[in-house]
Amino acid sequence: MTELIHILINGHAVTVKPGTSIAAAVLNAGTTAFRKSVSHVPRGPVCGMGVCFECRVKIDGIEHQRSCMVLCSEGMVIETDV
Amino acid sequence: MSDLTPKQIWIVGAGPAGIAAAEAALESGATVGVIDENPAPGGQIYRALLGVMKPEIQSRVDALHAKGVLFLNQTTVIDAPAVGELTVKGPNGPERLRYESLILATGARELFLPFPGWTLPNVMGVGGLQALVKSGLDVSGKRIVVSGTGPLLLAVGAYLKQKGAKVVRIAEQAPAQRIREFTQRLVGYPYKLGQGIPLMLSIGATVRTSAWVERANGSHVLESVKINSHQEPIRCDYLACAYGFEPNVELATLLGCELHRGFVEVDETLRTSVPYVWCAGEPTGIGGIDLSEIEGKIAGYCATGNEKAAQRLMPTRARWMRFAAMLEVTYALRDELKTLPNPETILCRCEDVSIEQATEWNGSRAAKLHSRCGMGPCQGRICGAAGRFLYGWEHGTVRAPLVPVPLSDLTERDPELTNHTN
Repeated sequence: MTELIHILINGHAVTVKPGTSIAAAVLNAGTTAFRKSVSHVPRGPVCGMGVCFECRVKIDGIEHQRSCMVLCSEGMVIETDV
Repeated sequence: MSDLTPKQIWIVGAGPAGIAAAEAALESGATVGVIDENPAPGGQIYRALLGVMKPEIQSRVDALHAKGVLFLNQTTVIDAPAVGELTVKGPNGPERLRYESLILATGARELFLPFPGWTLPNVMGVGGLQALVKSGLDVSGKRIVVSGTGPLLLAVGAYLKQKGAKVVRIAEQAPAQRIREFTQRLVGYPYKLGQGIPLMLSIGATVRTSAWVERANGSHVLESVKINSHQEPIRCDYLACAYGFEPNVELATLLGCELHRGFVEVDETLRTSVPYVWCAGEPTGIGGIDLSEIEGKIAGYCATGNEKAAQRLMPTRARWMRFAAMLEVTYALRDELKTLPNPETILCRCEDVSIEQATEWNGSRAAKLHSRCGMGPCQGRICGAAGRFLYGWEHGTVRAPLVPVPLSDLTERDPELTNHTN
């Protein structure tokens, strides 16, 4: 619980506590638009438990990852779509 | 794969029902594995706070580990390719597992209903927002409206307040009279009453009954909500809104289990209509944590041939089923909620299909074929449930893969059977 984790969100360095989900880290960093919907409007997390797929982001180059289901780990690179 | 003795049991879901099922199955001497999508066991109710579980839950999970129960975390069932087999996708890619008995403890999700503005960022579920806070979302100083229905609104309202949020309103759609009657009957469930009283003391003053969110306002993010009982919109940073629960029955459906009123049909031993498949917890009927724990135990015993041990739990199950019936009546959804969306309100959030587009056709299947409603990544889990409430839509068909996976996972579709026995 002591070591903090360093990640990049849209190019900005962010430090989070262990056990933090990517969704929580992105929201804490002030980003509310996680992805663009098919008609290009911003969307963010809804269900918080992996069902709705609204919180999808790019994690380490892989797109369409559910950010609520993945915990931050050291050096992760997160990109939101908006 | 060699013959397995003792019996190989796989449990899908590591929430209250899954953990209880694992404990009971172990008592019968089975070899037990638990598959769960989340980074750690616990499901929703026992979800860890920043990786730290409540000590009493952690010790149960530790005991299961110590007795050789294998937890496949971050692992999702994507297919049931043959009798007695599951294809799962975990951190190391797809693999096939063989079971002699399978216990479905897949839990429930929240029911989300459309209203203008429900697709704005920062409009979330009730359990949804709580799950994000447990995984590190900082809500201190945030203005939050909690709405929808059920005791979860109070529990989450009090939780958010404890985390430093300003819970500005709790809008409960159920009428005050029904909640009063429910509260009076809670004397038969003193432990539930004991849970409710501190919640009411903490957050009761912000509750309005017969109240619901008509509209969420904002351009790119939520700014305010309009509640039916208030003239002026209420400014807020988050709206947590959910209308109860929807059982996760997709895997059961794929396996061919019979459903009844949308729930998995089980006998008193919690056996489904499919041989060697049992089901426990919310998928058999929404009942909350106590019913889930008891059903998990019953299923764990019965799936391992220890029906005698299950017998003595039946009266407790019946008692919590009566409690569940009380909840269902108290928090039944009112018809006004069906009038909230406009024709242009989005119904299918994955494919951005409006109410108007989706209801041009009769039923969920026609809507899917003509408008793409329900064809996105959530595979109709959100809009399908809303459509069942709003328009009486039928349950859609379920096909593998149960969640979207990369094409490469399907082209390598017959991975070797993995022997996870320790």
